[in-house]
Amino acid sequence: MPHDGHHHDHDHEGSELSPLALRVKALESLLVEKGYVDPKALDVLIDTYETKIGPRNGARVVAKAWTDPTFADWLKRDATAAIASLGYTGRQGEHMVALFNTPETHNMVVCTLCSCYPWPVLGLPPVWYKSMPYRSRAVIEPREVLKEFGVEVPDEREVRVWDSTAEVRYLVIPERPPGTEGWSEEQLAGIVTRNAMIGTGIVTA
Amino acid sequence: MNGAHDCGGMMGFGPVVAEENEPVFHALWEARMFALMSAVGDVGGWTLDEDRAACEAMEPGHYITSSYYEHWLNGLELLLQKHGLATAEEITSGTATTRGQSVTPTAAEVVWPAVTAHGSYERKADATPLFKLGDVVRTRHLNPAHHTRLPRYLRGHVGEIVACHGAHVFPDSNSRGLGEDPRHLYTVRFKASDVWGNAARDLIHADLWEPYLEAR
Repeated sequence: MPHDGHHHDHDHEGSELSPLALRVKALESLLVEKGYVDPKALDVLIDTYETKIGPRNGARVVAKAWTDPTFADWLKRDATAAIASLGYTGRQGEHMVALFNTPETHNMVVCTLCSCYPWPVLGLPPVWYKSMPYRSRAVIEPREVLKEFGVEVPDEREVRVWDSTAEVRYLVIPERPPGTEGWSEEQLAGIVTRNAMIGTGIVTA
Repeated sequence: MNGAHDCGGMMGFGPVVAEENEPVFHALWEARMFALMSAVGDVGGWTLDEDRAACEAMEPGHYITSSYYEHWLNGLELLLQKHGLATAEEITSGTATTRGQSVTPTAAEVVWPAVTAHGSYERKADATPLFKLGDVVRTRHLNPAHHTRLPRYLRGHVGEIVACHGAHVFPDSNSRGLGEDPRHLYTVRFKASDVWGNAARDLIHADLWEPYLEAR
């Protein structure tokens, strides 16, 4: 399994390619030859999701929700429009819902059927989100899964799991940590983690 | 389809292993696979629902032991053949032997507008919704041989409607080329204790279309 943590630039050409890499390479050659794809468009697609669309977008949404009550209210009523106002729109974010964590409620998002994920605000999902352990267990033992992420949810706090079975995409708005009073939106965005916006992390200052 | 993809509540997969500082793609072929699926999807003539159906159409043992982008590779190879864009021989050899179809590929400069375009899966529907906020419903016992988005672990359970999303494209029809067939979509809240027969006080939510639900 290609989970060695290396960036794809480390891949090698020619005979060292894995069988899967060879299949994809052959497929790309075929599809380019047939005129179905422009390889330059493939490069742009990859760059888009490696450098432009990622969890920094979601962190900005969270930081604004923490500092701007009007925006937070808009996010609760119409997350799609509120998030679009920051410029985050498009594929896999067509219908957004924001889930606000509170002292009584911890929200956690999964897609048991495939790996649906809010791309415009979080980018492409990490491997663990797409893995069988997470997809199978998040709905039946969410608290055990959260413990593996270092998140201990007290018994009295309800865990709400959201299985993304349609085109609605969920963004968790974590609680703002104490000790961040007076911080700028930019400072706050800097401490918001991807996992906190999936519900498998909490934000600490 | 009761495939291996429908894994909610399955046991035995072990701990969730998260990687520190994970790259977006772990190998060049993953990145190219992601981009190919997206770019060919623009011109291939299939829907996102058909795409999902193709990716989950793998033999269960293979599905469980292969990675996300291998699911995509298998899905794309299937879709290309089904839609007459490539033959099995061409896919194996990587060389074209037939003319295929005449399409205009997505150009590099339209990638950004395409991926960030405002889209919607909501459609106008003539039918009035059968359910409203707060209604208690039961999910049907359905085991269709085709693509569906009612997970097995939520079939035959009682839940409450907590959000109404209007009519959305219905995957069970759209994945089979039967048109968008919009149906009303709801977020349904289930008690984990009802679903799993345990003492958990947690809640599970899923977005379910009207044909999956009946009045309790």
